Amino acid sequence: MITLTQIKQILTDHNPNTTENLALESAKITRQFFGRTISLYAPLYLSNFCSSYCTYCGFHSHNRIQRIKLSVEEMHKEMSYVAKTGIENILLLTGESYNVTPTSYLKEAVDVTKNYFTSISLEVHPMDTDEYRELYLNGVDGITVYQETYDRERYQEVHVSGVKSNYDYRYATPERAAKAGIRQISLGILLGLSDVTEDLYALYQHLCYMEKNYPGVEYSVSFPRLRTIKGREFAICDIDDITFIKIICLTRIHFPRVGINLSTRESPKLRDHAIEFGVTKISAGSNTSVGGYTLKPEEDQDPQFDIEDKRSVAEIVQMLKEKNFDPVFTDWRPIGNELTERR
Amino acid sequence: MNPSTLTTSLTIQDEPLIIAGKSFTNRFLLGTGKFKNKKDLAESIEASGAEIVTVALRRIDLERHEDNILEYIPKNVTLLVNTSGARNAKEAVRIAHLVREAGYGNWIKIEVINDSKYLLPDNAETIKATEILSKENFVVLPYIYPDLYVARELVKAGAATVMPLGSFIGSNQGLKAKEFIQVLIDEIDLPIIVDAGIGFPSQAAEAMEIGADAVLANTAVATAGRPALLAKAFAMAIQAGRLGYLSKLPVKKDLASPSSPLTGFLYENDNTIERR
Repeated sequence: MITLTQIKQILTDHNPNTTENLALESAKITRQFFGRTISLYAPLYLSNFCSSYCTYCGFHSHNRIQRIKLSVEEMHKEMSYVAKTGIENILLLTGESYNVTPTSYLKEAVDVTKNYFTSISLEVHPMDTDEYRELYLNGVDGITVYQETYDRERYQEVHVSGVKSNYDYRYATPERAAKAGIRQISLGILLGLSDVTEDLYALYQHLCYMEKNYPGVEYSVSFPRLRTIKGREFAICDIDDITFIKIICLTRIHFPRVGINLSTRESPKLRDHAIEFGVTKISAGSNTSVGGYTLKPEEDQDPQFDIEDKRSVAEIVQMLKEKNFDPVFTDWRPIGNELTERR
Repeated sequence: MNPSTLTTSLTIQDEPLIIAGKSFTNRFLLGTGKFKNKKDLAESIEASGAEIVTVALRRIDLERHEDNILEYIPKNVTLLVNTSGARNAKEAVRIAHLVREAGYGNWIKIEVINDSKYLLPDNAETIKATEILSKENFVVLPYIYPDLYVARELVKAGAATVMPLGSFIGSNQGLKAKEFIQVLIDEIDLPIIVDAGIGFPSQAAEAMEIGADAVLANTAVATAGRPALLAKAFAMAIQAGRLGYLSKLPVKKDLASPSSPLTGFLYENDNTIERR
């Protein structure tokens, strides 16, 4: 495994040749393991109720935004709209409210989702293994859960209250999901919260631990960079584009088969380049507000984060084809999840 | 391509490759993942003359009907759907059932992988899935790590072929497992199709020279600058390797061997001895 010192050396090396060489190696590995294919997905926000207070997040419990939770009828409306764009991989998101969006609500949402999409992932509050198992058996394929930062002290500073303030419970979440049988698990760090070198190294260690103990899971990682939100109240350390690209390349070189996701919070220019050397899955035509696709006019929306890449799914597909990539909509097929015996 | 078209003065007698009673003259199988567009795939199938093409069920778009991968595979090509994504026998069986229900025939390549880092096949689970699916009248082509005992179990379980990996999937490292594949070729009375890790036509030729019945390649072709050209090169190399095998190649020797045998003088007057 790459050492902390090596990561630091690379991230602080200002020689453009270092970046170029990293990108060349990373591109080579990406093409070998993924070919020229890019998977597409879209996020769909079910609720923005949240009982955690995370200082950087637009949905946090103290923020004065309109709280909404989609009804089943509204879910149909939103999902039908997204499905018509061709998207088959859906990421369902909520704030972290155990009372407003409990497992029973999520199960209901998954039941609706199965009518429209072939692969269902959740980015919701961390749960216990039994709850993950229930959702897995109900048809959930993937869980996304970011530690945000692995720096304990900083973690406590920015996750002030709510379940999310429990560092250890969150750290063990991917493991609980894996134990429940979940097929795809996505880890990540929120770039800008803390020292990037330390966070990246800790993420790699987390990933290595998961790979070793739960080898059957398909892993992916994300590196969201902090963006402006309504009511944000603390300073961040900016991660520039060069460092960001280096992080993607380093990850690809050290984890050749791990998926790397990139959301629409990044600019079209950066996204169009990043797919050349490491990123393998991108969101398209995204809206990050509850009911944002069909239910609420743009001026009334409270997005979790602002979108930089506003291109539609069709425009993203067009871009991919022009750049000689095959856009992949279908990468999984529901086969009826069952309990698996661990050997 | 028919071997006999290679030369006008030499007719080569070769038997077709027979899998579950179906006859194939082309011994190159092409995988369909990782292509940058489906046109490249279609051209690669055509250029190589591949008669068996593998597709992952997870990549078949059953709902959307535009740009479906199946539209690019000619009807006369045998579709071999694989169980990519299955982590155990149960999941492989469920995928096979979906394949049949969707009307994609009963040929199934079992891929059970429960390790996302090395992507090595789980032989034990593969045997279980083969047993179940063969009983259900599927034509089962299991993908394995080359192991003689496993291959024997697969024969008992009703497999139609055995598909040992040459090296890590997608690695282009060639026949790293050569000695063990050779054991399967020598001991197992089913077609042995070398699958995974074959990155260069020369490696495919090598597999055929040692007696493999066919070779499957995917990543190398899909990620080449000109996929159709490489697909054709693979088909030709496989044919060349096959001819080499049929020719009863000279055996490689560790030491120099004298062209006049050391003990030849003992048999100087014996005309029944065949001279090398």
